[in-house]
Amino acid sequence: MLDFLKPPVAALQDFYSLAGLALRNLFRGPHYSDDIAIQMDIIGVGSLPIIVLTGFFSGVVITMQMSRALAQYGATGQVGQIVAITLVRELGPVLTALLVAGRNASGIASELGSMKVTEQIDAMRALGTDPIQKLVTPRMIATCVMLPMLTIIADFVGMFGGYVIAYFTLNLTTSQYWTNAYQALEYNDIVQGLLKPFVFAFIISLVGCFYGLRTSGGTQGVGRATTEAVVVASVWVFVVTALLTRIFVNLS
Amino acid sequence: MPAPDAPTPAGSLLRMENVTVRFDELVALENLSFEMTTGETRVVLGAAGSGKTTLLKTALGLIKPDSGRVFLFDRDITGMNEHELFEIRSQVGVLFQEGGLFDSISVAENVAYPLVNRRVQTVSAAEVDERVVDALRFVELEHTLDKYPSELSGGMRRRVGIARAIVAQPALMLYDSPTAGLDPITANTIMALIAKERDSQNTTTLIVTQRYQDGQLMANFRYNRRSGQLERISRNGNSPDQGSNPRPTTFMVMKEGHVVFEGAEAELEASSDSYVSKFVPKRS
Repeated sequence: MLDFLKPPVAALQDFYSLAGLALRNLFRGPHYSDDIAIQMDIIGVGSLPIIVLTGFFSGVVITMQMSRALAQYGATGQVGQIVAITLVRELGPVLTALLVAGRNASGIASELGSMKVTEQIDAMRALGTDPIQKLVTPRMIATCVMLPMLTIIADFVGMFGGYVIAYFTLNLTTSQYWTNAYQALEYNDIVQGLLKPFVFAFIISLVGCFYGLRTSGGTQGVGRATTEAVVVASVWVFVVTALLTRIFVNLS
Repeated sequence: MPAPDAPTPAGSLLRMENVTVRFDELVALENLSFEMTTGETRVVLGAAGSGKTTLLKTALGLIKPDSGRVFLFDRDITGMNEHELFEIRSQVGVLFQEGGLFDSISVAENVAYPLVNRRVQTVSAAEVDERVVDALRFVELEHTLDKYPSELSGGMRRRVGIARAIVAQPALMLYDSPTAGLDPITANTIMALIAKERDSQNTTTLIVTQRYQDGQLMANFRYNRRSGQLERISRNGNSPDQGSNPRPTTFMVMKEGHVVFEGAEAELEASSDSYVSKFVPKRS
C-alpha cells in the first residue's frame, strides 16, 4: 500500500550512506590534495565573478527598495543597518548558495554522470581507487571551504553596492552608512551568516555527487541527473535556511 | 619488465557458483556457474543484453551477486568490502567497452593510473614512466603520451585501454567487447594485440564479444615472440615454432543470463542449437 514511498526512502538512505562515506574519508587516506585544489579553483575562483556581480546588485536593489519605505519615517539614514542585516543573515548565504548550486551542483552532477555512463567510475574502482574518496570527498571539502568565503565576499560587495546608492542618491555620508551598518551586526548574525554557507556547502556538493553517481540511461540520463541535482539542492537550501533561521532567531 | 610467475597448472583463477544478479525486475544473470583455470582463454559470446558485461563486472566484484558465490584467485570475493577488493583487483586487468579512459587526464597519466594510485606505493616514479612507455609501445601508441583521450580515435582509445590494463602485469585479463563498433581492420589490430598480450605474458584471458571471428582468432592463432607475428596453430595442436602445447580456448554462449553452451571450438561449430549456431558463420 505504501509502496510509492519506497523509492524516495531508498534514495534518502543512499544519500545518507554516501554522505557518511564521504565524511569518513576525511579521516582515512589516501587524500587527493591535487583534486581538492582543482575543485577549489573551479568552485571558488570560478564562481567569483558571478558572486561579485549578484552580490553588488542585491545590495543596490535592497537599498533602493528600502529607502522608499524608510523615507516615510524620515529614517533613510538607517538604510545601512537594513542592508547589513538582510545580507549577512539571509540573502548573502542564500543567494551565494543558489548560484553555486546552479553552477556547481550541476557541474558536479554532469561530470560524475558522464563518468558513470562511460564506465569511468567502474574503471576507477577496477583500478583500485575508491570513487567516493577520489571524487566526492575532494568536492565536498572544496565546497565547504569556498562557499563561506564566497559568502563573505558577497556580503561585503552587497554592502558596498548599498553604499554606492546611499551615497549618490540618498546623500548619506560615508561614515553615516558604514557606522550604521557596522553597529547593526551582532555576534549572532555573523555566526549564522557563516554557519549557513557551511551547511549549504554539504548539501550542494553531496547532492551534486549523489545524482551524478546514480546516473543511468546514457546522455539523456546525464541531463536528467543535472536538472535533479540543481532542483533538489536549491530546494534544500531554502528548507535548511528556514530551519537555521528559526533556531538563531530564538537564540537572540 | 620482469616476466610474471609461470602459472601454476590447474589453479582456478575465476570461479562462479550459482550466481544470480538482478537489477530491480530484470534478471541479468541467473544461476550461472563456470570455472576458469590458469592459462585458459575463454570467449563469451552472446547477443546484446544477454548479461555478458554483467558477468564481467560481477567477476571483478563491481556488481555484487544477489545469490551465489564468486571466487577470484581462489578467494571468495562475494562478501568482501570495497577496500579488500582493491588488493585483489590489482592483479586483474580489465578493458571496458569503449576503453573507459579518464578523459580529464592525459594518456600517460591514464596508463600510469594503476601504478600511481595503489594503496601501497611499490613502484618508483622513474619506473612508472618506464613502464608507461613500455605499455604504450606494446600497443604501438608511444607517440600519444601527452594527448588526451578525446583526441584519439575509438580504436586508439581501446589500445590505450589495453595499455592501462597491462601496465601492472596482471595474471588475469578481462576484455569487454573489445571490437564492438570498430571497422574490421581496426578490430583485427585490437584482437592481434590481445593475442600478443596473452602469449607474451602468459595471461589468462576472458573475452566477451559478439563476433565469432574474435574467438576464432584467439583459438587458432598465437603470437610468435621471435618473428613478432601472429601465426596459425597447426591442426594437430602444436605451434610450429614454440612447440609447447597451446593452451585451451573455451567458448561459452550466453542467452538471457544463462549459459547455453560451453565447450571447444569444434563442438561449437557442430552445435545444432538454433541460438548457438547463429553465432557461427555457416561454411558452404
